[in-house]
Amino acid sequence: MKNKTGVLLGRLMCNIMRSPDTIITVAITPIMLLLLFVYVFGGAIESGTDNYVNYLLPGILLMTIASGVAYTSLRLFTDVKSGLMARFITMPIKRSSVLWAHVLTSLVSNALTVMVVVLVALLMGFRSGAGILNWLAVAGILGLFTLALTWLAVIPGLKAGSMEGATAYSYPLIFLPFISSAFVPTETMPAVVRAFAENQPVTSIVNAIRALLYEGSVGNDIWIALAWCIGIMAIAYIFASKVFKHRLG
Amino acid sequence: MTNTAISIKSLKKSFNDKEVLKGVDFEVQRGEIFALLGSNGAGKTTTVNILSTLMKPDDGEAEICGFDVQSQPDHVRQSISLTGQFAALDGMLTGRENLMMIAKLRGISNPAQVADNLLQRFSLTDAANRRADQYSGGMKRRLDIAMSLIGTPAVIFLDEPTTGLDPEARMEVWDTVKELAGGGTTILLTTQYLDEAEQLADRIAILHGGKIITTGTLTELKRMFPKAQVEYIEKQPTLEEIFLAIIGKEEEK
Repeated sequence: MKNKTGVLLGRLMCNIMRSPDTIITVAITPIMLLLLFVYVFGGAIESGTDNYVNYLLPGILLMTIASGVAYTSLRLFTDVKSGLMARFITMPIKRSSVLWAHVLTSLVSNALTVMVVVLVALLMGFRSGAGILNWLAVAGILGLFTLALTWLAVIPGLKAGSMEGATAYSYPLIFLPFISSAFVPTETMPAVVRAFAENQPVTSIVNAIRALLYEGSVGNDIWIALAWCIGIMAIAYIFASKVFKHRLG
Repeated sequence: MTNTAISIKSLKKSFNDKEVLKGVDFEVQRGEIFALLGSNGAGKTTTVNILSTLMKPDDGEAEICGFDVQSQPDHVRQSISLTGQFAALDGMLTGRENLMMIAKLRGISNPAQVADNLLQRFSLTDAANRRADQYSGGMKRRLDIAMSLIGTPAVIFLDEPTTGLDPEARMEVWDTVKELAGGGTTILLTTQYLDEAEQLADRIAILHGGKIITTGTLTELKRMFPKAQVEYIEKQPTLEEIFLAIIGKEEEK
């Protein structure tokens, strides 16, 4: 069976280019939060840095990706409902290319949205002395994080009975950065909340990105961050493949 | 090569506790248009889904062009094309792009030319570069069927091709299917409309209560029923005839 991921990726990218709002809409909420936290709350928050935009950006980027992957669920749901999915998987092509096309589309469109948010942050005073290798490492972590959440998003996309159901799962994901080191240092939180905040994926990923961007080091958190991303991705991939097989013969 | 395109033997399928197919048997010969007639929920779509490798049967055998749907699904997918209950197209793409996408997926060397030929054949050339979500119901269905013809599959499934269409669009689709008949393609058509089966099919099978209760050509089926008696009744125009007459007049103006 031929792998036709390229053709299917082309189709989905064409869809996105014809409705650029999918990229802009996703970028708007994180940008609003960035503005709100920097110019409204920022003065009162003791983050221990002079540049609060720098402090905030890693968490905001994760939030951007968490809301962006909801579009993968939506696109998959639409394909299942319209019968396009049935058409594709009854054709003599590799079935996995149908899912991979959606996953790669998510990677590309989230990368574009992240770039928009980074541009706005630059205008607001975000600065980093990181070299090209560190930037590549940041891109790698964000890419892995996108893949992990996208495979998670595939599951409701295939299973959901309604459009709302397909996207509702993303709300807790978007909320997760608030209970982490993304906005304020975890030391200020009550013991129970702090224990959660320090041991959930967002904190280690945010800390790893901060180390790469501002300290010029790899930091200790990067391995925990990578373990989280790869772990979530592996489990989500297994479940998504199971659902795909079960639901579509 | 056998002359049988589709062969089903005592096919069974249940969903939870509900037994939908209770042992379905039928055969379709190459080049035949075969109608599976039955009411809503009779199991027509389930049968098509099993034949098109979307679902696994609980029991029984199903073969397409000699290939078993369970053990040789890849071979089956080479031989079939599914046109489901809804027009399965990408609304964001133009009609032409939709056709080209399928041609590329089927690995055809000249997708642009294949697309243009089909657009012409299905009278969609004028709408070729318009987005498919702006098409009328009948146009969408025509594009859908055109997409299914790419790569000249041996067997085409048409699952309720006219459900949800207005009478005019229904006629359009009927004309399209009749045209296909000449091409030697085997077509399995499901429908809940008697007149549709009568118009299009060489042979008809009636699926009821999870079993095929009768199979035959229209003449054979008619012979099974009590002899026709001549009665004189005033023939009232049907609502459909009235609708079409009015539409026709409107267009003449």
